[in-house]
Amino acid sequence: MEKIPILKMGPFLLVTIQVDLYDRLALNLESDLIQMVNKVGSKGVLIDISAVNIVDSFMGRILGNIASMSRILDAQTVVVGMQPAVAITLVELGLPLNGVRTALNVEKGMKLLQSMVSPDEAGEGENIEDDTIAV
Amino acid sequence: MRPERGKTSKMILSLSKDEMEIVREQDVVPFRNRVREYSVRIKMGLVNQTKLITAASELVRNMLNYAKGGRIRIEIVSKGRDNGIRLTFSDKGPGISNIDLAMKDGWSTAKSLGLGLPGARRLVNEFDIKSEPGKGTTITIIKWSNG
Repeated sequence: MEKIPILKMGPFLLVTIQVDLYDRLALNLESDLIQMVNKVGSKGVLIDISAVNIVDSFMGRILGNIASMSRILDAQTVVVGMQPAVAITLVELGLPLNGVRTALNVEKGMKLLQSMVSPDEAGEGENIEDDTIAV
Repeated sequence: MRPERGKTSKMILSLSKDEMEIVREQDVVPFRNRVREYSVRIKMGLVNQTKLITAASELVRNMLNYAKGGRIRIEIVSKGRDNGIRLTFSDKGPGISNIDLAMKDGWSTAKSLGLGLPGARRLVNEFDIKSEPGKGTTITIIKWSNG
């Protein structure tokens, strides 16, 4: 069974979707991610969809679910890198992804996540930026 | 300016076709890729390609969820100077008893968002649905290359 890797980066989880998703794979990602948020006490989830060519209503719903489920577990979700054609299609489809925070790329998404999480909480994990300051 | 050839341009010609059988979820990815290949062949722009494939993805999901799969015909069609892709989804599922209701935003018998059919219709240029309860459903969509 294929799996989408989830990377832990300090207080955040990073997911880069590099394959074409079918429904089962997307559902598994949803549950894996939520379990991981709970297990490691993540404060934020960053999902990079820059390699995703299509987001249909099912995939859109999964993204929305991940955002609301993590919010309940006190974690923020930011979706980054959406292709312009995908954005146009989603709105026309009737799924404007309300409630899902987005950013243009991974870098901006990380900054957004950091700004959404209070500084003392962000310091709980091995945040790279905090380490360099400590040295 | 060349004169328009008038009425003959209304006719839709099928130029090239292919058929695929969809029985499980994993078939969806190769199907979407095939649709992309066909749209690239007629030089469809990226936005229209994305709209077509997204609509196709919605319809193929319906086919799998409600009819346990079916057959899809992929065709390159032309009408006058326009080229396009026509997809025909046929299944032998339970059919749709109330098409008007099924085409409404937010209406679903499953626990979904109910965007599949109405959303797919918004993303393509031509949309035709025929269904007979107990016999099956056939949905035909066309996306013109510059439509």
